[in-house]
Amino acid sequence: METVRKEILPGVWLTALENDKFKTGCLSISLLTQLDRETAAMNALIPYVLRRGSRNHTDMQALATELDGLYGSYIEPVVRKIGEIQCIGFLASFADDKYLPDGSGVFESIANLCGEILLAPCTKGGLLLPEYVDSEKDKLLDSIRSRLNDKRAWALHRLIEQMCCYEPFAVSRLGTEDTAENIYYQKLTKHYRSLIMTCPIEIFYCGSLGADTVAEKLSDAFSGMPRGEIDYDIGTDIRMNAVEESVREFNDELSVTQGKLVMGYRLGDCMEDPDIAALYVFNAVFGGCVTSKLFMNVREKLSLCYYASSLVDLHKGLMIVSSGVDFDKFGAAKDEICAQLDAIKRGEVTDDELLAAKKSVASDLRATLDSQYNLEGFYLANTIDGLDFDPEELAEAVECVELQAVVDIANSVVGDAVYYLRGNGEEDSDEA
Amino acid sequence: MKHKRYEKIGEDLYFGQLRNGLNVNVVTKPGFRLSYAVFATNYGGAHRRFSLGGKMHATPAGVAHFLEHKMFDMPDGDNALSVLSANGAQPNAFTSSGMTAYFFDCTSGFEENLRMLLKFVSTPYFTQETVDKEQGIIGQEICMVEDNPGYVVYNRLMRMLYEFNPIRDQVAGSIESIAEITAETLYNCHKAFYAPSNMTLCVAGDCDPEEIFAIADELLPREKAEIPKADMGQPESEKPIRSYNEEQMEVSAPQYLIGAKVTPARDGDALLRQKIVAQLALRTVFGTSAKFYNRLYSEGVLNRDYDYEIDYTAGTATIMLGGESPDPQRVLSEINAELAEVFANGLDTELFEAAKRASFGSRLRGLEDFDSLCLSLADGVFGSYCALDAFEVLESVEKGECEDFLKAFMTPDRLAMSVISPVKA
Repeated sequence: METVRKEILPGVWLTALENDKFKTGCLSISLLTQLDRETAAMNALIPYVLRRGSRNHTDMQALATELDGLYGSYIEPVVRKIGEIQCIGFLASFADDKYLPDGSGVFESIANLCGEILLAPCTKGGLLLPEYVDSEKDKLLDSIRSRLNDKRAWALHRLIEQMCCYEPFAVSRLGTEDTAENIYYQKLTKHYRSLIMTCPIEIFYCGSLGADTVAEKLSDAFSGMPRGEIDYDIGTDIRMNAVEESVREFNDELSVTQGKLVMGYRLGDCMEDPDIAALYVFNAVFGGCVTSKLFMNVREKLSLCYYASSLVDLHKGLMIVSSGVDFDKFGAAKDEICAQLDAIKRGEVTDDELLAAKKSVASDLRATLDSQYNLEGFYLANTIDGLDFDPEELAEAVECVELQAVVDIANSVVGDAVYYLRGNGEEDSDEA
Repeated sequence: MKHKRYEKIGEDLYFGQLRNGLNVNVVTKPGFRLSYAVFATNYGGAHRRFSLGGKMHATPAGVAHFLEHKMFDMPDGDNALSVLSANGAQPNAFTSSGMTAYFFDCTSGFEENLRMLLKFVSTPYFTQETVDKEQGIIGQEICMVEDNPGYVVYNRLMRMLYEFNPIRDQVAGSIESIAEITAETLYNCHKAFYAPSNMTLCVAGDCDPEEIFAIADELLPREKAEIPKADMGQPESEKPIRSYNEEQMEVSAPQYLIGAKVTPARDGDALLRQKIVAQLALRTVFGTSAKFYNRLYSEGVLNRDYDYEIDYTAGTATIMLGGESPDPQRVLSEINAELAEVFANGLDTELFEAAKRASFGSRLRGLEDFDSLCLSLADGVFGSYCALDAFEVLESVEKGECEDFLKAFMTPDRLAMSVISPVKA
């Protein structure tokens, strides 16, 4: 799979992967901006407001009809947080021309429609329509509030919000309720115009067309984009140590039948010069796959949790352990999770455990090559982190990771905060 | 083994039935690194009473799901999940009301992993000790779903729609019912439902179909066993038992699910056609291009998470529309108003044709996802049709069929609504 990267307009970069094994094509457009409490909700709102209607397709129904006509293509708003960069934009998927009965030119239509949605919104007196802004603002608020409905995700969110309270990372990808409530259409229009002028823009394409053709069609589709001075001064601040000397504890109470225990760590000094392959393997050994220490011991052997897994955020240098626990097992589960990390610190990882972890990570990376959406996410994250390798190269690096590198990472990790989601009025008897 | 080329969608299907009755489907995917295999039995949470060998058998709720958890234990003390994972595969399993499926994907060592999959699923090994221990783990799982509003709103809808079919109960059973499960129960149900004649193997990837057929033939039992016949209870009435249920949970806004029972076509092409007609009818009236959705979304009645579907499982078919809304009653009355208009004037021809084109594109996208492709092939085996025929059928569906479907199954008296509202302070 050949990867071509080029700047098609000032600060607008295209990454194109030509490949004809897929039956559909994928196109994404991401505006990159610094995650900030004051602007996050506005940023998150913009793609949804733009998706409500454009100059030539003035409402959602007109856009939907157009997309149906393009064989069920879609163009959906996407809002992501990668480290402390907020990425807002659109993801499009469309059938490849060779499978369409009367078909050619779907890509061109999709590129033009993306350009129209991004650059030529439906406006009145030059301003975004207040009814679209207000309506989407309400839906954004609903989405922010609805995080409560999934208790596992809620617990994770609450840990990060409190553990990183002195860092922009505490802000979720959708922003906060209070800032969302204060959005007005005049202010939002101004903000939108400044983003279009100044944000670095990443475009990703994967499909059967050659990079030159794709670049040409996209240059046409986005030719009207007003560009000013591009703000490349964006990035993520990685904190190496814990905020306080002892691990901070946070609690919430909700009317639930099962507790959640979430533990937050800083990856520590190893992030000075991160060995990405080794970090992935470390996570897989500890809690990232079903042969991991957390899964095998905390869940399977000791039945302390219904689930227990770890994830690493390499952009921000964090590791999070997430588990579902009976209220009376909080203490025991926490102790056992710590004990498993300590075991890795002492080098107690069998050859089988290490090999299984490496195979799992390498296989995941190679599977990325078969999914356009995973490829899209992979290349966007790589660009943001300034990394330059493809999934296959990283998979090969993973296969060469030595135990000592994993042990070194475990010894670099520092516990920073623990969060408990408890039931209303629950007393947990074995609290450590 | 037979081969069929689907020219229009560029797929090659290799299929056939082994002497032991196992149906095998292989879709070859040149150029892909990932291979996917699912080994599934036509046995789920709803198959509690069944006749076999001239006798009726009754089993506690939750056996199919319990079996799924315990199948990974192997006689040599290993755990198949760990063995497959250690080999770089991503294995997993699920139990629905109508099916238990074991599957993995991997980017290397496919044949070795396939052998492991077939071996562990066809080798029962249970001890009373491990069964006792699993009761604790499953008990936690049973409790956990009661904190999940998406599950609760669905379960309460099923309880209003179905009076007898066990689909109204949790697939995992209850704390009380799983306490009745012993190692012997598991052995008996494995014997009854995990015979190759009641199962299917579906594979997608850059692989050799002949080799897959040969491996399945080599590893699985030779004899063709009798297929158990499930008893899902008395015939259901056309209308719901109740039409409204509301409960409170820790949610941010009301969650609703509106549903109606459909009498499923028996099997074969009629079943496939009904599925496609149903999906197309729903897409035309309730899809994102329809005025129903656009108007109510603009008015704030429907939300970003609005969705609709028809679900076929365990001898049932259920239409469901749901999401989050400040005013679920309004959603229900708007659905009825929209349908009344369709009943009076028919479907909009332009919208219907657009929905058909869009549906083609969505299905094409579905072929990229090996997991959904193989599971739809497995559904097809148990329903006696081929899922890849859907593209042909779609082209031939007419507007009148969709109108008739809606008239038959979506009249106001057939709808029920389940609501979860926020806990009142």
